[in-house]
Amino acid sequence: MKARHHLFKMSILLAASLLATAAFAASERFKGQILDAGKVAPTSSQARLKVGDKAPDFTLPSIKGEKVSLSQFEGKQNVVISFVPAAFTPVCSEQWPGYNMVKDIFEANHSIMLGITTDNAPTLFAWTEQMGGVWFPVLSDFWPHGKVSDLYGVLRPEGTSERALFLIDKKGVIRYIDVHDINQRPDLAVLVRELEKLPR
Amino acid sequence: MNRKRRILGILPALVFAAFFAFAAFCAAAEQPPQEGESFPDLKFPTPKASEHLAYLGLDSKVGPAFKLGQVKASVVIFEVFSMYCPYCQNEAPSINGLYSRIAERGLEGKIKLIGLGAGNSPYEVDLFKGKYGVQFPLLSDSDLTLHTALGKVRTPYFIAVSLTPEGKGLVIYSRVGTIGDPEQFLDLITQKAGIREKGAP
Repeated sequence: MKARHHLFKMSILLAASLLATAAFAASERFKGQILDAGKVAPTSSQARLKVGDKAPDFTLPSIKGEKVSLSQFEGKQNVVISFVPAAFTPVCSEQWPGYNMVKDIFEANHSIMLGITTDNAPTLFAWTEQMGGVWFPVLSDFWPHGKVSDLYGVLRPEGTSERALFLIDKKGVIRYIDVHDINQRPDLAVLVRELEKLPR
Repeated sequence: MNRKRRILGILPALVFAAFFAFAAFCAAAEQPPQEGESFPDLKFPTPKASEHLAYLGLDSKVGPAFKLGQVKASVVIFEVFSMYCPYCQNEAPSINGLYSRIAERGLEGKIKLIGLGAGNSPYEVDLFKGKYGVQFPLLSDSDLTLHTALGKVRTPYFIAVSLTPEGKGLVIYSRVGTIGDPEQFLDLITQKAGIREKGAP
């Protein structure tokens, strides 16, 4: 009876795994250079922040060599922070190139994007060069490892960040949080809609 | 109770049977359709814009989905793309060039272009269309149904399909990556499809 029950549970798991399909289409640009670790837990961190909270300030090195602080944009621009799990992985490699297409929408909404991963700066440099470059600052949260990701409650136990978006207004207040299923790309329409709600 | 036990007893067998049937189905779509093969019998979302319906020769009452055989053309060239794919972004001017050359060579009635936005929402497809001024129909494949049926190809991927009078599709070109020079690509497609142009020897 126990064995049958076990078999039953295995069958259900197998059926569930069949329903899980890739949520992205891979670009030829990254052929042979992407590590596909398969499907992982959608999220695995504890939220620390909520909409309406003051966004914690931070300073991180960018791939251009300078230090970038969140506070330097206060009173000037809204900020979208895009945490992505890791360079050279399937979904991430096609999320940021999409943001290249909406630079004008960011500008029209007085907004800047900051891209953050827990990779080191040379890795991020190589990866974004492979994308053909991105228009927004790319920041390394490598050392102390994942400190900013942890501050924002999006550091996963394996040391990468979640796939998460934080929209912060010019006063430094968090207006939108999306800690997304790490296996899927957030719909750009939702981000743009939230951007357009931010005060200009 | 006995009946319940019997049902629970055969359920694993049913699930395993479904697994192997599904695996067989997936294996069939592991590869994109190759040259010389039939194009799969797929349903495409009907474009909303009247100019796109007219371009494809579709009736306004066609419904929410159409089949390849309903397109009034000799050849349909599909581009499987993604708004997020850097190569697809770079390739957009070439594909627009191909669209223009088709018209300039008087082939617009015979050769049609359709873009399939793999994993892209309607918003994302429209964004791509607006950004690059794409004039031919770009269809959203947000749940990757078409992308999966076409072998989960890398993007951009091009499939040219020659249509028989009965509406069947024969693949005449199937390749990943850039099309290269639009003029030469169009020469290749017309040659493979056996399309004679006005003024050609």
